[in-house]
Amino acid sequence: MSDEVLRVKDLRVHYRTNSGPVRAVEGVSFNLSKGKRLGLVGESGSGKSTTALALMRLLNPPGRIEGGQILLGDVDLAKLSEEGMRRVRFSQVSLIPQGAMNSLNPVMRIREQFVDTMSAHDQRLSKKEADNRVAELLHQVGLRHEVARMYPHELSGGMKQRVCIALAITLQPKLIIADEPTSALDVVVQRQVMETFGQAQSALDAAVILVGHDMGLMAQFVDRLGVMYAGKLVEMGPVEDIFREPLHPYTQMLIQSLPSLEGKRFFKGIPGVSPSLLNPPPGCAFHPRCQMAIPRCSTEMPELREIRPGRWAACHLVEVRP
Amino acid sequence: MTSLLEARHLTKEFSTGAFLQKKKMVALENFGMTILAEKPTIIAVAGESGSGKTTLARLLLGIIRPSEGEILYQGKPLTSMSGEEWKTFRREVQAIFQDPFEVYNPFYKVDHVLTTPVAKFHLANSKTQVRELIENSVRAVGLRPEETLGRYPHQLSGGQRQRVMIARALVLKPRIILADEPVSMVDASLRATILESLLTLKQERGISLLYITHDLTTAYQLSEKIVVLYQGRVVEVGDVEWVIKQPKHPYTQLLVNSIPLPDPKSRWGGKPITQTTEELGSRIAKGCQFANRCPLKMPKCLESEPPLFQVNPNRGAACWLYEHAPTTESTRMLDTMPASSTTV
Repeated sequence: MSDEVLRVKDLRVHYRTNSGPVRAVEGVSFNLSKGKRLGLVGESGSGKSTTALALMRLLNPPGRIEGGQILLGDVDLAKLSEEGMRRVRFSQVSLIPQGAMNSLNPVMRIREQFVDTMSAHDQRLSKKEADNRVAELLHQVGLRHEVARMYPHELSGGMKQRVCIALAITLQPKLIIADEPTSALDVVVQRQVMETFGQAQSALDAAVILVGHDMGLMAQFVDRLGVMYAGKLVEMGPVEDIFREPLHPYTQMLIQSLPSLEGKRFFKGIPGVSPSLLNPPPGCAFHPRCQMAIPRCSTEMPELREIRPGRWAACHLVEVRP
Repeated sequence: MTSLLEARHLTKEFSTGAFLQKKKMVALENFGMTILAEKPTIIAVAGESGSGKTTLARLLLGIIRPSEGEILYQGKPLTSMSGEEWKTFRREVQAIFQDPFEVYNPFYKVDHVLTTPVAKFHLANSKTQVRELIENSVRAVGLRPEETLGRYPHQLSGGQRQRVMIARALVLKPRIILADEPVSMVDASLRATILESLLTLKQERGISLLYITHDLTTAYQLSEKIVVLYQGRVVEVGDVEWVIKQPKHPYTQLLVNSIPLPDPKSRWGGKPITQTTEELGSRIAKGCQFANRCPLKMPKCLESEPPLFQVNPNRGAACWLYEHAPTTESTRMLDTMPASSTTV
């Protein structure tokens, strides 16, 4: 389809260690259309943040893309040169990193950080034009134009987060990747920041990948949800459908473990621990914690299959229904 | 009915700034609560950062001293305790903190955090007794001793580490546990198991819990009573069922409306919300602290600070909207007894 912004095919990222490769992302594939919001959810070590960093080509050694394609339009980001990638960042793909408030330069006024980003991408503006553009961007994220003259330490966490959103949309990218953008914020500020982000994204019609572990935030924000476990996508589908009828046992347990305001009930945590990515268990990585596991689960790895139109799951127990 | 832990009119001020620009910052104002010895309870303390939640925990643990008011443990003020009484207080009132990663020394096995308190308080006479004691408390939080003990912190997950911290508190046979954001740094999928452990402590061992959090959903699931703090003031207090399902104070309403509910069908709706205090700058000199952000602000709100009004038998709200109601105190609203039987 022509409006597909991003196509990720069989992405594999390993961290090379002395005891062998840690398979952080192992064969992840998905597509993302213009203006759509995709959520990637999973526990720590599931590979969701590694996927986000790999898409930006910002992995730190010993992390390395071992295979697969990241097609942004027709360009494969996985094979792009460093200089080519530098040009793509911000102008085509932006990242709002985890703890984004710490990613601002503490000794630079907010205005200069915008100008810096623009001039790195050959946008030479006169002083007046730059001032107007920065004010306009700040206004888009609900900040006063006076903020441009301030230093990061003069701003609150929520305000810094909004500056990061404004920076991410400065060059009108096609894709914005947000890695737990609000994990350090209070609920009220979180809601404000996410609403601001949503408005800015809709105005640009950019595609979004939201990475996180908060199912509540996912339910509020995304259109489509991908559930990751031990470096693989185990379920993918429209967010309403996944919450209404989760297919994979892991997703089912994840949703059951969420506290809600509808009546008190006994908590149901997910027993066991997440598997080692150095020596993943044979077969389905979730089988040691799965209450429904059958013998086949410990020998054969389930493939991610389209169970119904638009609904994907990787589990032997899920029947394909037309 | 005897009170186990009682806070009376607690106020804590911090001074900020240097020399000439020295300013007073009120972190907590006129806070009162009682935990009864006979009736274990779970009280949630909720609020945003800077609302005074952690200051309250530190005051109740005796780590910092109040500027005004006093804290009594078994009827005795913390400030006039003998060494022996202080030691009992330190053993019976335990804390669990937010970060299950930083509390461990990576060079020691996790057993270290369990055996140290046993040794300090001389709780066991032999190695087998020590072992028995720590194994029992590890089992009580739903962990298997053979999978937990003898390991290093990095070999356990965040959820397991936090449960070992609960086990550490349990070793000392506490009567009250103060849990300061115990699940905020733990993966969502593991949160439920920790909350479950905390709930069983109350049900099976009769330990009272003060659950400090900014997450109203877990507060609702776990606690019976709730105190909502804003800028160090109690804005709403009472039965969790009432406060969260039908919040009366505009701030509580804002908090409840901002919860990201795990349900795509009930998304955040209505009008975008007003600015936060941090963006508005300084505190209000007189009047209601929330007035700047309040959608229902009245002239009166900027003139004087509202006391706590008893909106219904089990709940109080500090807002001029309810000025027709009688005034009350947070202690009374947190009392687990029916309102009629409390003495004034």
